[in-house]
Amino acid sequence: MSKIVKTATGLLCGVVFMYGLYIITHGHLTPGGGFAGGVLVAGSFILLILAYGSDVLMLRKEETESSVTESSAILIVLILAVIGMFAGGAAFMNNYFQFGEVGELISAGVIPLYNIFIGMEVASALLTIFLAFVIYKKEVLK
Amino acid sequence: MEILLCVIILFMIIGALYSLHAKDLLSALIACGIVGYSLVICFLLLKAPDLAIVQIVVETITLIFMVAIVLNSTREEVKKQITKRAFVNIGITLAVTIVLVFSFNTAIEALNPLGSHTTRMATEYIQGADKTGSANLVTGVLFDFRGYDTLGEATILFTAAIGVLTVLRLKGRQ
Repeated sequence: MSKIVKTATGLLCGVVFMYGLYIITHGHLTPGGGFAGGVLVAGSFILLILAYGSDVLMLRKEETESSVTESSAILIVLILAVIGMFAGGAAFMNNYFQFGEVGELISAGVIPLYNIFIGMEVASALLTIFLAFVIYKKEVLK
Repeated sequence: MEILLCVIILFMIIGALYSLHAKDLLSALIACGIVGYSLVICFLLLKAPDLAIVQIVVETITLIFMVAIVLNSTREEVKKQITKRAFVNIGITLAVTIVLVFSFNTAIEALNPLGSHTTRMATEYIQGADKTGSANLVTGVLFDFRGYDTLGEATILFTAAIGVLTVLRLKGRQ
């Protein structure tokens, strides 16, 4: 890509990434949540790859890492849900922490944790799909 | 506001029809984008910012994916000829449409107007801030009352990523 695109991407992608993190962590206070924030975080990485490009070897490494992140994030969500079953009551995905004050950043029990790990899962899943397409194209065309 | 919604939905229908009949695949994709982004405006007008954020972000990412794929493919679509079978299909479509409109008309008289709820669960959800401790009611519903749904959505995405990896990486190795 040209120099204009590269410079603009360098300025923008950090802002997009921070906005995604904000949407994830404030999911229980303001509109948004794990899904929207996760897609934003994945979008910032996709923007970088589209603008700068990179060789297949590095991309392949990133792909395995994002795949591992995705699997472990959804495993942690399941573990959190099972802990809820044993900690209090007999309900799967039970909200067992203290709620705290409604409207504070640290409140709502387990909901922020679920938001963070679902955000990780969504971000790495989308990034994995994108990287799989890019690597496939590069490998097949050569 | 309902008139504005009707105009936007008309735009969406036109965009969808154009994307079906466009000769170039790229312009078909951009017409698909009209549908998605009009849906964002609809959600904002109906006061659902959570859905609007998810829709605008997912629409942009999928559009990027599809443009990247279309640019590497043939772009031209194969032409189809109109046969006798097409007329049968059109007839069946018209009949189904008439039945749907009729049943929708009879059902809408029994329902409450948009925005007023009488079911028991909806009342429970609206008092949800005390029960979940989350100020954003939608997140409270998603991760507490409807936790299984969220888990299912995350599992669907996980399965999609695994499927893409399985299909693409095997072919890449051969």
